[in-house]
Amino acid sequence: MVTKVKIDPITRIEGHLAIEAVIDDGVVKEAKSAGTLFRGFEIILQGRDPRDANRLTQRICGVCPTAHATASALCLDDAFGLTDKIPDNAKLIRALILGSNFLQSHVLHFYHLAALDYVDAVSVVGDVAPFVPRYQGDYRVTGQQNAELVNHYLMALDIRRKCQEMLAIFGGKMPHNVGTVPGGVTEKPTEDKITNFLWRLNEIRDFVDNVYIPDVIAVAKAYSDYFEIGKGCQRLLAYGGFDVPTGLLFKAGVVSPDLQLEPFTKENITEDVKHSWYADSSSGKNPAQGQTKPDLKKKEAYSFLKSPRYKGQVCELGPLARMVSNYVQGDAITKQLVDSVLGEFNAGVDALYSVLGRHAARAVEAKLVGDAMVDWLTSLKPDEPAIVESHIPDAGEGTGLTEAPRGAVGHWMTIKDKKIERYQVITPTAWNASPKDDKGQPGAVEQAIIGTKVKDKDNPFELVRIVRAFDPCLACSVHLLDAKANVLGVFRVV
Amino acid sequence: MATKIYPVIWLQGAGCTGCSVSVLNAVSPKIQNLLLDELVPGHQLNLMFHATIMAGQGEPVIEVLKDTEKNRKGGYILIVEGAIPTAEGGAYGSIGEKAGKHLTVQQSVEELGRNALLTVALGTCAAFGGIPAAKPNPTGCQSVKAVFDKKQIQTPVVNISGCPPHPDWLVGTISVILFSGAGALDLDELARPKLFYGQLIHENCPRRADFDKGKFAEKLGDPGCLYQLGCKGHYTNADCPLRQWNNGVSWCVKAGSPCLGCVEPEFPDGTSPMYEKITFEELTWSQK
Repeated sequence: MVTKVKIDPITRIEGHLAIEAVIDDGVVKEAKSAGTLFRGFEIILQGRDPRDANRLTQRICGVCPTAHATASALCLDDAFGLTDKIPDNAKLIRALILGSNFLQSHVLHFYHLAALDYVDAVSVVGDVAPFVPRYQGDYRVTGQQNAELVNHYLMALDIRRKCQEMLAIFGGKMPHNVGTVPGGVTEKPTEDKITNFLWRLNEIRDFVDNVYIPDVIAVAKAYSDYFEIGKGCQRLLAYGGFDVPTGLLFKAGVVSPDLQLEPFTKENITEDVKHSWYADSSSGKNPAQGQTKPDLKKKEAYSFLKSPRYKGQVCELGPLARMVSNYVQGDAITKQLVDSVLGEFNAGVDALYSVLGRHAARAVEAKLVGDAMVDWLTSLKPDEPAIVESHIPDAGEGTGLTEAPRGAVGHWMTIKDKKIERYQVITPTAWNASPKDDKGQPGAVEQAIIGTKVKDKDNPFELVRIVRAFDPCLACSVHLLDAKANVLGVFRVV
Repeated sequence: MATKIYPVIWLQGAGCTGCSVSVLNAVSPKIQNLLLDELVPGHQLNLMFHATIMAGQGEPVIEVLKDTEKNRKGGYILIVEGAIPTAEGGAYGSIGEKAGKHLTVQQSVEELGRNALLTVALGTCAAFGGIPAAKPNPTGCQSVKAVFDKKQIQTPVVNISGCPPHPDWLVGTISVILFSGAGALDLDELARPKLFYGQLIHENCPRRADFDKGKFAEKLGDPGCLYQLGCKGHYTNADCPLRQWNNGVSWCVKAGSPCLGCVEPEFPDGTSPMYEKITFEELTWSQK
């Protein structure tokens, strides 16, 4: 029997997302993912002072604003001709600001966005909102272990808050930090701030080591079939991130399904629009030349997301991509961390291509970032500068590529007459939650859903567990329109 | 004495979830206390709907909205985060689906707003339009109050602006309501509680002495008053310098960044360029 399951809204993600799956004889045959909110950031940015992009693009997303702050600062550094002049202190403080938010975001994702799919909170706190309504049935962790996990849900609320407090030492405030700017950072590193930061960081690292990673392993042991669910496209992409003086913590690269590494080149990124509400004439362009012409009458279209592709191929971005990219490039610490978690399950690297693999990769990544932050912090030089002066050129172009908690993020801009002429953002969720491309290849989340066995179509745990494991961020990803394209018809998502 | 329960519906419109994340940063009480405990003796909130936090998904959670509106008429608090897209009949923003039909943000805010005890427009987008409503406002975004006025919805609106707002500003406002009733809120002409928005940033700024002595920072990272670098603290009403952010760790000016004026209705168009000095003559808005 063929049935259609539609989940709208998908909650416990950032933003507005709907998922539709066509299920035939208990197996998903088709899947569609689509965003349901559109704001038009790129239109709003046009004609403004280029420096303001650094403040405004953070407001694309309140969960990962630091990633947009970093990408736009790198983009502006490039356009202003400052890339080679950024002081080491500035690189380190930018990395500490971004790293603090990685920790915040990863802890929030596992405990507060994903865990309620696995942990039975109702048996501990009672039948109260916001823990009900919920799907009925498949809650496998019980007794003392379940009570501990619920307790850790509450404890993790403190830890994620403390990540933001730590960030504010150099970033000024969160959400929407003010410290990361073109040319460097506004705060100076002083010994008192370094020590203050260090001891906050130590408390968070202790939580990652002794609570977060063990909890992911405990959940994985109870739901081990989810190492087999949600495999996805298996082609991974990382732009590279955390550009500190000693090199990139996350190495850039494209990893094929047979774990072969290919160097990443930004010119190979294109965006298809056949199944998006944009004119077909704008399809297949690199974001540096990208156009966004809406066409809401297209019959095949079902999403406001475009379909970013690398050399025409579907890629998955995020912690899984970064950890595998580092792994195949021989990063010793990544290899040791990944192998030690996989060793708990006698599993190989290919087990990472799954719902649980994505959670495990995220937890391992939190440790990698948190531990690296200690080195960055102690490399700061209190008497040296953390910013260089910047001037807006009459004309220029810039690209800023980095990694957000959810995957690689890129900003592209052109400046004309000292104003923003064009600004383009491609976010990780635009890749992961993209619709089918011109060749008909489904996006990464869609591929992860297709083929999944759904045991109970009234409580389709499998689907929401797959989607949430990608940590979608929809405020970031609903694609944006150019200046002439400010008239849109009524749309219907999915 | 029985605990008085206030159901809370938290809707997200055209925004970034930053207001929600900011409220998660509340310290005393913590978010755990807001969700699970009596916030003040005898009074407890019950967060019925919040898309980022709630366990459920799909049509059952849309039912929660309908049930609350019908069964708790006049008894629930509506919190709106994000602006309301009104172009094309509200089609730019949907919060979910019911019986195969999209429920737009606009429709939800109107329906739930009409029957609420009180509406809190949380953050500058909900209070004044904010960034989604910045020129050229591609999706026709409006504030909660503007949407209410157009439909003659009489429910009182309290604006708690800021991009994002400080968590204490929401918790403190709700505390006034629970202790003393909504009528006890002393609001400014922009419907913001004077308790938090009653003084200029400039009045309490730790760099005020530099301003008075004419010691101005010439570039970012310099000591001195940030006025020449675009600080909007002279025109911005909020208690950031006294309260500080993130458990008192820092705030924008302390971190060497000019105030962006993010709590004011003119943010961002009237406060841009953000890093350029704006003189009184250039202001499109007047000091309040």
